[in-house]
Amino acid sequence: MNKTKPPISLTPAAHQRTLDGGLVAIQDLVRSCMQCGTCTASCPNAFAMDLAPRQVWRLLLYGLTQEVLQSRTFWLCSACYTCTLRCPRGLPLTAAMAALKRLAAAEGDAVNRKKALFYQEFMRNVEQNGRIQEMGFMCSYFLAMHNPMLPLEYTPLGLKLLGKGKLHLGGGAQRGRLGPLFAKVRSMEERP
Amino acid sequence: MKYAYYPGCSLGTSAEEYDVSTREVLRRLDVELADIPDWTCCGASAAEPVSRLLTLALPARNLALAEREAAGLDMLVPCSACYLNHLRVGRECAADRALPGRINEALGAEGLHYAGKVRVRHLLDVLAADIGPEALAAHASRRLEGLTVAPYYGCQVLRPYALFDDAEHPRSMTPLISALGAQVLDWSMGGRCCGASLMATRRDVALASVAAILEAAAGADVIVTVCPMCQMNLEAYQSQAHHADTISVLYLPQLLGLAFGLSDDQVLLGKNLAVTDALKGKLHACPTAGPERQTTPTGG
Repeated sequence: MNKTKPPISLTPAAHQRTLDGGLVAIQDLVRSCMQCGTCTASCPNAFAMDLAPRQVWRLLLYGLTQEVLQSRTFWLCSACYTCTLRCPRGLPLTAAMAALKRLAAAEGDAVNRKKALFYQEFMRNVEQNGRIQEMGFMCSYFLAMHNPMLPLEYTPLGLKLLGKGKLHLGGGAQRGRLGPLFAKVRSMEERP
Repeated sequence: MKYAYYPGCSLGTSAEEYDVSTREVLRRLDVELADIPDWTCCGASAAEPVSRLLTLALPARNLALAEREAAGLDMLVPCSACYLNHLRVGRECAADRALPGRINEALGAEGLHYAGKVRVRHLLDVLAADIGPEALAAHASRRLEGLTVAPYYGCQVLRPYALFDDAEHPRSMTPLISALGAQVLDWSMGGRCCGASLMATRRDVALASVAAILEAAAGADVIVTVCPMCQMNLEAYQSQAHHADTISVLYLPQLLGLAFGLSDDQVLLGKNLAVTDALKGKLHACPTAGPERQTTPTGG
């Protein structure tokens, strides 16, 4: 596999800063939660979560970060924004779920780091190609996951797309275009 | 009418039929599109779990290009995720005064500057508000009578920013579909999440959502979508969601194009993964009402 720069959230300095500032920043997003549970009742994926969204906010405010990071709840957020829309306190709950994904990628255990790979490999493909190359992204994702069964899950879809002429290797005119922007963002995020 | 056009990555690859049908339909409605040169990925739903700054800087790059290369035009975006990513830059900059400076520091790496001058519009917003049902009816040469359509809105076109429709009870597609002579399915799943990228990371969970949506649409001949992610999840996984009878799933502009008298090939119907022969039969049996072209399209 093409070894390039590490994904943005795993650079050592950014990692350290996430440890220091991450929790407080997320707590600030949900500080005025009144535990009404509208978020949980509105979430289409709540049935598969080990902690209800409402419980996540409470645990965060208690500072019980490890309990939250051991749950799989935030990885099940599909960013539908229904909770954000309905929260009677107007809290940006979808953004809080995304912030937890970033925190878990930086601070979480091996399971969390592996779940973050999907997003990191996606962004690495974007960094290299300017526009996402779906085929190349899925291939590098399969490699990063070290799971030989995973590609099989995608075989039916892959064959369908192949039959429709939808599997492209991409044009590549924007290849490298985003390199300077990614590098700049990386340096800004490493800044103390 | 003229717009700066941001197709987004999917429309160049796996959602080519959305791009082609959008361009074909808008051309017939006398809408001009100015492609934004050298646009890049908006970060989709993958940037935010990786980097907060990148989440805003990536779409801001495209907005800066649009400001420079297509000044004064609204940016038309057919993909709901791309739409939200570009829309949120302005919204979040308005709420955080330090943000524009940070974004522009990042864009400085390429000598670009974001001033927040571009209004971001979803294709559905443009169709519903700028073009309107009367203009659609005037361009239709085929009445879609006997066809029941389930309008599927998905999430990010109306949440968290419901700028042109009701986020809880979306209905902006109803007059557009009615204008073509079709029936609109009365259902409550139009704004229900399709599972989005959970289809890749937690397929079992996403399939439950897809199954619920397909089941609710059982009374319709076709589901129409306005987002390539929704389209893919609803059309590609029907058998895995244990949905026995295939239900057709089309992009809204494909349906509009067919009503305008475009051929299956002109709207790339062959690229869709779920189109039944029953739907094709019904479409081709639709009466060709002579186009009552108005000399002055409304809403211009």
